[in-house]
Amino acid sequence: MFETLTERLNQIFTQLRRRGKLSAADVDAVLREVRLALLEADVHYSVVKDFLARLRERAVGAEVSRALNPAQQVVKIVHEELIATLGEPTSLALSGPKPRLILLVGLQGSGKTTTAGKLARLLRSRGERVALVAGDPYRPAAVEQLQQLGERIGVPVFAERDVAPPEAVARAFDAARKGGVSALIVDTAGRSQLDEELMDELRSIVARVSPVESLLVVDAMTGQEALHIAQGFRRAIPITGLILAKMDGDARGGAAISIRAVTGVPIKFLGTGEKLDALEVYDPRRLASRILGMGDVIGLIEKAEAAFAEDEEASRRQAERLLSGTFTLEDWLEQMRQIRKMGPIAHILDMLPGQLGQAARTVDPQEAEEQFKKAEAIISSMTVQERRNPDILNASRRRRIARGSGTQVQDVNRLVKQFREARRMFKKLRKSGGRDLSRLFR
Amino acid sequence: MADLLARWKTGLSKTGRATFGRLAGLFGASEITGETWDDLEAMLIQADLGVETTTEVLDSLKRTVRDEGLVRAADLRSALRNELRARLDDPPPLTWTEKPTIILLVGVNGSGKTTTAAKLAYRFVGEGKRVLFGAADTFRAAAMDQLQAWGERLGVPVVTGQKGGDPGAVAYNAVQAAVARGMDVVLVDTAGRLHTRYNLMEELKKVYRVVGKALPGAPHAVWLVLDATTGQNALRQARAFKEAVGVTGVILAKLDTSARGGMAFAIRRELGLPILFAGLGERMEDLQPFDPDAFVEGVLQEI
Ligand SMILES: Nc1nc2c(ncn2[C@@H]2O[C@H](COP(=O)(O)OP(=O)(O)OP(=O)(O)O)[C@@H](O)[C@H]2O)c(=O)[nH]1
Ligand SMILES: [Mg+2]
Repeated sequence: MFETLTERLNQIFTQLRRRGKLSAADVDAVLREVRLALLEADVHYSVVKDFLARLRERAVGAEVSRALNPAQQVVKIVHEELIATLGEPTSLALSGPKPRLILLVGLQGSGKTTTAGKLARLLRSRGERVALVAGDPYRPAAVEQLQQLGERIGVPVFAERDVAPPEAVARAFDAARKGGVSALIVDTAGRSQLDEELMDELRSIVARVSPVESLLVVDAMTGQEALHIAQGFRRAIPITGLILAKMDGDARGGAAISIRAVTGVPIKFLGTGEKLDALEVYDPRRLASRILGMGDVIGLIEKAEAAFAEDEEASRRQAERLLSGTFTLEDWLEQMRQIRKMGPIAHILDMLPGQLGQAARTVDPQEAEEQFKKAEAIISSMTVQERRNPDILNASRRRRIARGSGTQVQDVNRLVKQFREARRMFKKLRKSGGRDLSRLFR
Repeated sequence: MADLLARWKTGLSKTGRATFGRLAGLFGASEITGETWDDLEAMLIQADLGVETTTEVLDSLKRTVRDEGLVRAADLRSALRNELRARLDDPPPLTWTEKPTIILLVGVNGSGKTTTAAKLAYRFVGEGKRVLFGAADTFRAAAMDQLQAWGERLGVPVVTGQKGGDPGAVAYNAVQAAVARGMDVVLVDTAGRLHTRYNLMEELKKVYRVVGKALPGAPHAVWLVLDATTGQNALRQARAFKEAVGVTGVILAKLDTSARGGMAFAIRRELGLPILFAGLGERMEDLQPFDPDAFVEGVLQEI
């Protein structure tokens, strides 16, 4: 039900293939789609407006490249602009006298406490002496939550329940300095940027302990308000970085663009799961693809490249055969093995774009893993001849293969059918220019 | 009623938000121009109504303007208000035919489930009902402590489980305890989960089934707690949770923040789900039955 931007643009451009330059009218048609894609990704209305104006300037009159069709070309320009807006990843500025204090702020439920635990774990693995400070005396059991996280990763937690947060943080800071702590991470209570009293509280924390980093934790699912939220926090204290939490969902994360475009605050990390190791350094190319609704195409390509790197030449030949529709069950088996090398299927499914991604959500990763194993067993039980030419698979051959692989004849039938469908699909993909899509982001 | 509206108003007074300069004067004496429509579009999209709903609303509004021959921008406001209001329902009255009535609270991480459980309990206890909590978030650190703290504050018993234990078992025990003790309502707080996580959604389905085993016909309601600051993803969340556990109503939390919660329109239209309550703060008193009129005023607040 939900098409990706590239799919939609491809429709617009099917008639336009042989033009020399992108005309104003072409660009208009495209920009309407881009606008929709960005608004659906929750990029702020005013940011989209500015963005489109810049894009129009760049796109009108641009040479149509030989390698790309016009749709891909515009997507490439949009993609580049988004990457430029998102900016390069910036690391934590851990310098100056110790302990260096990292303050986490944000709305209620945005993900601060979990992020504090993740950061503590990360910094400790980099050799820092880390401690946490509980700065949320308001929400029931917020302190316990941080304490339990600290226990889990073996990081001490400063917590004083009956002291106002600025005083509690200042005391923790003193104790940390005496105790030789090098990085002190402060979790604060969630607050709306409109709550003046609580924003004052942040001001006094900052005034007393001068954090080296004040990081705004924003929920990746945030809508149009993301912009005002960031502006509001920034008015109160100098925000030095952004962490986008809950990126493991299917929100496109346009909030990142809105905030970056208007405040210029750099993005430092992405939160990608509930476990404490799910904190990733952000990659502007990947995030841009995602905001455009293209899935994590970059991530997929990288994973594929890593898995295929061992035998590059063979896999290139194979990819060629795949896309030309002449590939065989032998190739398929090889491919399955390589895909398995890319990591757990659940992760790969998560990275698929558009309709594929939607479909993937209904797949039980465990079952997929089972299916994979079955398919492998079945193909392994075939003769070379059968793998190269599945058309010779008559009933008795199928029975033999089923016996040999410990499966049922229906399993063999299903596999052959799937194989034929896949071959047809890849042929179609090639016609629609799918091959160039992956080349776009090298 | 007046008091209720006042609560909404204070909850919704979004002072300090950046406004589009022109919008303030939008509904003055001026004539309706192309710019007026652009400004309205900007306003609705910024309230998170989404492109599709916004386009629908404006197309319909344009028809009204034409049919009724409106020319002054000032007339637009009430036409727009009616247009938006017609897309929302009054919350249906809660029925209490079952005893105990089992209510499951579900939603993504940090949307406001646990606090909403406390607010609902406060409300129901105030109506003279005997409430019990099932703390079925055995996963998140200190989640059970959080509900337990509310339980103590409210004088509401809490059935908890082992840290990291089976949430289905907690839900089961909670229902059984409620039956045995003659309680009126069980509020089952579940762990936050992203709707895209296959295993976690399966786990939630299991909680749902287990509750039905403990008491045939239960749960009697499944309420999705949505964070009002959520953008377009809200619809996907609602769809996924509805498919998984048959959500029967939505609670819009954090409407006291600067967000307008415009995704409620799409959720109402696409999924037919009623909005039941609005969360308007962090205290247990800060929950009100959803008031469509006040909500629409919130969306139109800038103008
Ligand atoms: N301003 C405001 N804050 C709220 C509201 N409802 C909940 N909160 C706050 O949002 C934060 C998260 O709320 P919880 O109730 O813990 O959310 P949850 O969905 O149970 O979270 P998890 O169990 O971690 O998934 C807390 O700081 C609450 O105080 C509301 O209506 N308005
Ligand atoms: Mg909770």
